[in-house]
Amino acid sequence: MKKEEVPQDKGNLSNKNMKELVYATDEKGNYTTALSTGWEPKTIALSNSIEEISERIAIAKAQVENNEVSPICYYMEFCRMDIGVLSSYVGMWQWRVKRHFKPRVFARLSDSILKKYAESFNITIEELKNFKTN
Amino acid sequence: METNFAHHQSAHCENGVASNLLKHNGLNISEPMVFGIGSGLFFVYLPFLKVNYAPAISYRPMPGSIFNKLAKRLGLKIKRQKFSSEANAIKALDENLKNNIPSGLQVGVYNLTYFPDEYRFHFNAHNLVVYGKTETDYLISDPVMENVTTLTHAELNKVRFAKGAFAPRGQMYYPIQVPANVDLKGAIIKGIKNTCRDMLAPMPIIGVRGIRYVAKLIKKWPIKEGTKKANHYLAQIVRMQEEIGTGGGGFRFIYAAFLQEAAVILGNDGLKTLSLEMTAIGDLWRDFAVEASRVYKNRSTKVDVYNTLSDELLVIADREEVFFKKLKKAIS
Repeated sequence: MKKEEVPQDKGNLSNKNMKELVYATDEKGNYTTALSTGWEPKTIALSNSIEEISERIAIAKAQVENNEVSPICYYMEFCRMDIGVLSSYVGMWQWRVKRHFKPRVFARLSDSILKKYAESFNITIEELKNFKTN
Repeated sequence: METNFAHHQSAHCENGVASNLLKHNGLNISEPMVFGIGSGLFFVYLPFLKVNYAPAISYRPMPGSIFNKLAKRLGLKIKRQKFSSEANAIKALDENLKNNIPSGLQVGVYNLTYFPDEYRFHFNAHNLVVYGKTETDYLISDPVMENVTTLTHAELNKVRFAKGAFAPRGQMYYPIQVPANVDLKGAIIKGIKNTCRDMLAPMPIIGVRGIRYVAKLIKKWPIKEGTKKANHYLAQIVRMQEEIGTGGGGFRFIYAAFLQEAAVILGNDGLKTLSLEMTAIGDLWRDFAVEASRVYKNRSTKVDVYNTLSDELLVIADREEVFFKKLKKAIS
């Protein structure tokens, strides 16, 4: 990539006034570095992933409201985790975490277990117990 | 406590930390040199490992391997520590800062508060340097940031003990022995040989053959998985190749810069020509990213756009195969 071709598109970085460093060639063909504010294909790819996640959060939310899954499932999606990541944060087997997704099982969980989840999600036990739909 | 640490921004975090730490210890070595000697260019397709619900593709070797290989090839000694207790991890880091030793850390990205929200995923192989501490904060030199930054004590603790794949477990590392004279030539040749061996590996999911394998899969995705999933997978490929960590074009350009530097050090003009070729291949990776992003942005449901993309990737694989064969010859 030539230095003058280094993309300066508006991206997620430029919103925060961040620039990333890239390697590019100067007019003599020698390598040098340049700063880039962002690149459209990257921004599109990233927003695709974010959209995907938002969709999953919305589905989980609806499921909690319908009493199909417990709030743990919603907060897992909200924190961009999957079962593997969540289970290592709380230090429990994946099957156990999956079981806690059941509203019936969730209702009976002790505070010490709820605390593990709440800490992993950066929320309080009360927030986890009293799920707000908005 | 603060050490007089010089922050240089870099394109990739692991190279950057290695280069910055070594510069601090009196060995002036550029990011491309670190990347080339440490054999940072790689490709592996991991169908069983799902990242964000899509199959994982890694354009880089295991976390830590670049710096480890670099150290071995230059005869440096690095101390690496992992901790089971958070208190001990904090103590060890503070002890280092007290002794004026800036320390590299492996951390999780999700709780790095200075990153834009969109960039925060559960990815645990990010690297940064801590070079000082105040009452409330740690002073951070994150190589992908333009300037130095800070994290509160609690925040740093959180990122050091992030969980999930590649959990850093408080990992801390720093050079303890840097010789005044290093055998740069020998190290460069070893690094190049290693990369050629990786990229030409006779394994279906690694190197050039791995790229070819993924290219063939792209053709099947829309039929087998439906276009929605296929589009998501494509987006994931582009994200893994172009985002923090960069793998596609970005890595090729760093490698080309390395070959240019190596050509001078080894007095080998062949490497200079190969550097130009690698730059051209890097541009092809970027074209691929542009095409792929168009496909999922327009939510294209036509199967033939996937075929075109797949063919583009096959061309890249062919070009890289020829390239690494030539590179292998050029240094033998």
